[in-house]
Amino acid sequence: MNRNVVISFGLHTLLVIITAMSLPFLAKKPIDLPPIVSVELIQIADKTNIPFAPKAKKIIEKVKKKEKKLVSEQAPPKVVKKQKPDAIPLPDEKIEKIKKIKDEKQNPKKVETEVKQISEFEKKELFDSNNIAALIDKSKVESAETNKKLDKITQDQDKSIDSGGLSLSEEDALKAQIFGCWSIPLGLPYNENLLVRIRLQLKPDGSIIKTEIIDHARMNKPGQGFYKVLAESALRAVKLCQPLRVPSKGYEKWKELQLNFDAREMLEG
Amino acid sequence: MLFRYLFILLILLPIKAFAVVEVDITRGNLNPLPVAVSPLSIDKKSKNSFKEILKKNNIGAEISAIVENNLKQSGLFNPLNKDAFLQKPDIANLKPRFEDWNLIKAQALITGKVTFVDEKLRVEFRLWDVLAGKEMMALAFTTVPSNWRRVGHIITDKVYERLTGEKGYFDTRIIYVAEEGPKTKRIKKLAIMDQDGFNNKYLTLGNELVLTPRFSPTNQMVTYLSYFRNLPRVYLLDIETGLQEVVGDFPGMTFAPRFSPDGKKIIMSFAKDGNSDIYTMDLENRIVERITNHPSIDTSPSYSPDGKYITFNSDRSKYQQIYVMKSNGKDVKRISFGNGLYGTPVWSPRGDLIAFTKLHKGKFYIGVMRTDGSGERLLTENFYQEAPSWSPNGRVLIFYRETKTDSKGKGFSAKLWSIDLTGYNEKMVDTKTDASDPSWSSLLSN
Repeated sequence: MNRNVVISFGLHTLLVIITAMSLPFLAKKPIDLPPIVSVELIQIADKTNIPFAPKAKKIIEKVKKKEKKLVSEQAPPKVVKKQKPDAIPLPDEKIEKIKKIKDEKQNPKKVETEVKQISEFEKKELFDSNNIAALIDKSKVESAETNKKLDKITQDQDKSIDSGGLSLSEEDALKAQIFGCWSIPLGLPYNENLLVRIRLQLKPDGSIIKTEIIDHARMNKPGQGFYKVLAESALRAVKLCQPLRVPSKGYEKWKELQLNFDAREMLEG
Repeated sequence: MLFRYLFILLILLPIKAFAVVEVDITRGNLNPLPVAVSPLSIDKKSKNSFKEILKKNNIGAEISAIVENNLKQSGLFNPLNKDAFLQKPDIANLKPRFEDWNLIKAQALITGKVTFVDEKLRVEFRLWDVLAGKEMMALAFTTVPSNWRRVGHIITDKVYERLTGEKGYFDTRIIYVAEEGPKTKRIKKLAIMDQDGFNNKYLTLGNELVLTPRFSPTNQMVTYLSYFRNLPRVYLLDIETGLQEVVGDFPGMTFAPRFSPDGKKIIMSFAKDGNSDIYTMDLENRIVERITNHPSIDTSPSYSPDGKYITFNSDRSKYQQIYVMKSNGKDVKRISFGNGLYGTPVWSPRGDLIAFTKLHKGKFYIGVMRTDGSGERLLTENFYQEAPSWSPNGRVLIFYRETKTDSKGKGFSAKLWSIDLTGYNEKMVDTKTDASDPSWSSLLSN
């Protein structure tokens, strides 16, 4: 008796610990919705914010050093040199000037002026973007630290989602694709279990290495002929959809994927 | 004991680590499945033999055309245009190049071969899953050459069953009342045809008015209503021999006959002194049994496929509604409660639904409801239509509809129409004459 009580006590405490540890993770699943939105924002930020950040830092430092100097004066030459290695504007300008002096009533003039205009626009754009960036950066100086904190938080959330699976938008993209490929066999009985689960092994590009019907044994059971038809239709859908619209990142989390095909909703509809 | 607990623990612990991403697919499309029906290949010798016997140039192409038409009419398949086929029929039947068929977006492929063996028609055909690149089915059968149309229907049934999971309804016949002449002097004949409208044949001469023919479960016999000396009586007709007889010796009018699922009884209405009740007659020993006994009008009885229940319509609750009772007449339960009048209930061969005609605000509807009266769905609405009859697989209903032929509302035309359970795919069934009161046979081959 005593031994049993001890075992029982030990196992119960273990269970409590397990639940205490795992429940928060489980509890996070339903709250997936809000963080998922922020994931998308972060992805955009990966492309846009990070390149800007070093610039911004430099500019901020310069602003700090030379308080009342205009940023626009310093910024344009740098950017033009960096982003336009062809250096079209400068030689062009020279040539144009020379040409302007030499030829005045010839056709190339128009083209040149056009070129001129374009280059001017480009310049303006570049100026503008930097101006804006600078202005934003000015306003961001104070909030920069808080932003960093926010970044940390969102990154943490990102990690937790990594273990959870696909984001909602990723899942939706995949679903929408397979919805279009799946021709539901209309002859299925209404009152039966119409769930087919298919395990997929995927390549990084979304093409399929292997498909496996999880309840394979049910295919050959008597009276379950419809299940075979259903399973085959699901396999056809997967093959027709190949390559699947999988996210470009996180291969590890979706290299094995389980699709649960359930025709009931459609047939009862 | 300890080991067991540890084992359970071991199972519990790694759950999270092994979780595979799951995606639920709860929707698909109901678009018709693209199917390529490659013409059945045929060698020259067989081709010439069939040409002599059947007067058909290429019997292989003719049979595959039947298959194609059947699949198309079902609304569940989209047979692809043959001009797009890259592979020749004879090679495709041996080993299809799936890439070629995939290219024209075919998901299933039907190939086959016809040969003339010992004065008989031999057909072998294969169904291929193009996407999986494998054979799904291969069958062969022989028959007399004149049966070539049925060969096409049987192939369709097999393909349909393999791809949809339920039995087909193509190797079947429809019996109906062929009508000619003006409404006041209408000539009505019993007629029978293949499900696709071919092989039309008249069974009566048109001297008497005939109504509501129904097949027996074996398709050998037909029971129908005919007038004899201005008195409507239920008749029995053997299709093969052409023999007719009156069912029972009732001192009044009998109508709305139907066979029991075992084919041993006929259930019908018998009217006397303005009151009609439901009776059955055993065809072997001619014993008549009264099923309902109520001062209201009880009519249009139809058995459930297991023979345990009967659905009928009655005006015992003031308006005509649908009722269900046990086959001995006990436990009568009203199942229709919607607005309007309900009539001609027919139990589905699958047993899950009852089809009916509904009249509401001057419009006629064909609809279905579950056998407890829930889930009423109206499939089609029109100025005048009635008498639904189920296809043997319980997926399609055939009924007749009267339409006005000119804008002034004079003249009318009655035609057979079919609609499937989804309420889509409504089609007119082509008949030479006007037609009414269709009844669908069960599958001729099993």
